[in-house]
Amino acid sequence: MPSDFISNLYVFILAGFVGFEVIRRVSPLLHTPLMSLTNALDAIVVVAAIIITGRHESPLSTILGAVAVAAAFSNMVGGFLITDRMLRMFKLSKTKKP
Amino acid sequence: MTLFTPQQLIDFAYLVAAALFILALRWLSSPSTARRGVLSGEIGAVIAVVATLCHFEIIQYQWIVVALVVGAMVGVPLGLVPMTAVPQRTAVSHACGALAAALIGIAEYYVRIPHLTKFMMTEIALEVITGSLTFTGSLIAAGKLQEILPQRPITYKGQNLVSLSVLGAAILMALWLVFHPASTHLFSVMVVVSLIFGALLVTPIGGADMPTVISLLNSYAGLSAALLGFVLNSKVLVVAGALDGSSGFILSVIMCKAMNRSFTNVMFGAFGQVQASAVAGKEERTARSATAEEAAAILGAANAVVIVPGYGMAVAQAQHKVRELYDSLTKRGVEVKFGIHPVAGRMPGHMNVLLAEADIPYDKLMDMDTVNPEMPQMDVALIIGANDVTNPAARTDPGSPIYGMPILNVDKARTVMVIKRSMSPGFAGIDNELYYLDKTLMLFGDAKTFVGNIVRELGAGGQG
Repeated sequence: MPSDFISNLYVFILAGFVGFEVIRRVSPLLHTPLMSLTNALDAIVVVAAIIITGRHESPLSTILGAVAVAAAFSNMVGGFLITDRMLRMFKLSKTKKP
Repeated sequence: MTLFTPQQLIDFAYLVAAALFILALRWLSSPSTARRGVLSGEIGAVIAVVATLCHFEIIQYQWIVVALVVGAMVGVPLGLVPMTAVPQRTAVSHACGALAAALIGIAEYYVRIPHLTKFMMTEIALEVITGSLTFTGSLIAAGKLQEILPQRPITYKGQNLVSLSVLGAAILMALWLVFHPASTHLFSVMVVVSLIFGALLVTPIGGADMPTVISLLNSYAGLSAALLGFVLNSKVLVVAGALDGSSGFILSVIMCKAMNRSFTNVMFGAFGQVQASAVAGKEERTARSATAEEAAAILGAANAVVIVPGYGMAVAQAQHKVRELYDSLTKRGVEVKFGIHPVAGRMPGHMNVLLAEADIPYDKLMDMDTVNPEMPQMDVALIIGANDVTNPAARTDPGSPIYGMPILNVDKARTVMVIKRSMSPGFAGIDNELYYLDKTLMLFGDAKTFVGNIVRELGAGGQG
């Protein structure tokens, strides 16, 4: 078993706990933006796709990588965009007295 | 000698990005700081992407640029869909995320074949299986939500056996590959079989279970990203995947609790099958109906009103009329609140977004646990397009399929009004005894038209 695995497992477990504690506190009001935001964050796999595309090791890896870049990047752009659109709509009643 | 190697600088940028991602979710805890959270996430993503583009291993940029442009061109329209379409957009986004993770895993496999260790092969196989099944599963979910595919559960005999054997086959192939990593044909078959399994997994699940399914798929998408992080030894992927995975997991648990069902029940027991026994003991009962004029008179005379919206409200596009009703009642000094069940809508929190879009202030949107203790003080509970989440049988009738499901206790309010097209039962085919209570008035009609009529009557009454 490679030593990297253990250190990655550490990070995974700790990030899982942090995620659990942080996300537990998210108001149920915002569960939809939560899901679109975590999707946008998850789209960080784009960095791995960029590297595999750019290394240009074989035509296959370049094509697969490029499709992955497009899929992940669309998620990133769309995810941040729609999350912000949703959050802009949440207003308190005091601010909009006629 | 420089202080940092280029690789260390990139790793440092990734660390900053991971920290910003955690802050982003931290700030999402309240609507007042949530937009800062999005900004934090965006900055993190930009730092990570820019640092990656400077990576020394990249020798060719043309395909990266093309792909980024295509991604942006697909992503922007996906970010601009109407709020009613957010559930299917989310499913598509799970699919894109899982597709990216699966493709990178596949590419890594082909690149690394000559020197694949057993351990690495295990990681890649797991990652590719998870990514592939999430991809097709999410596409099916999106198809159901978009109503391209039937919303009703699609079931056949021996379904679970077939699905599980397909998954078993994928796992066996993965095992074989661990010992014979060079079997590229088998690897492709494993990918196809995993894709088939994803479709089989979601096809039998009905529209009403979508909030749980979409949360579960969210969790799988996160898991596949985290597994990819293990394959590539990339900590930022592990962190982002763990955050996404735990978020999806927490939401799935909330959704399951809100429907009083277990994971296995959602995944392997289609909801449509329980109903037969429930409808059996039906007797002739009468419900009282009322006109918009009568409803307006009662609402106008009330002190406190709770509105309970369901998915039917979104289908009828009635949320803007509901806002007019809210304005009209608030102007008369009536206190109006919204009671929102966790599974109202087609994904977690969907109803809140739809009401916020209609300009209803979020401090009036109450979740179930907050609004239930206040129910006895409510003069009127107005139910628009919700059914099973208001059915008192969930509390009182141990024989009911929804027994034990937490509901909004609208029957505790002094008067109950239900806007509904007809007396037909909800998705689960369960009769709602709420409709036959003495305090209940049925308002038959299309939600949008009926609420509009009430608003008009209230306006007329105000002038006269």
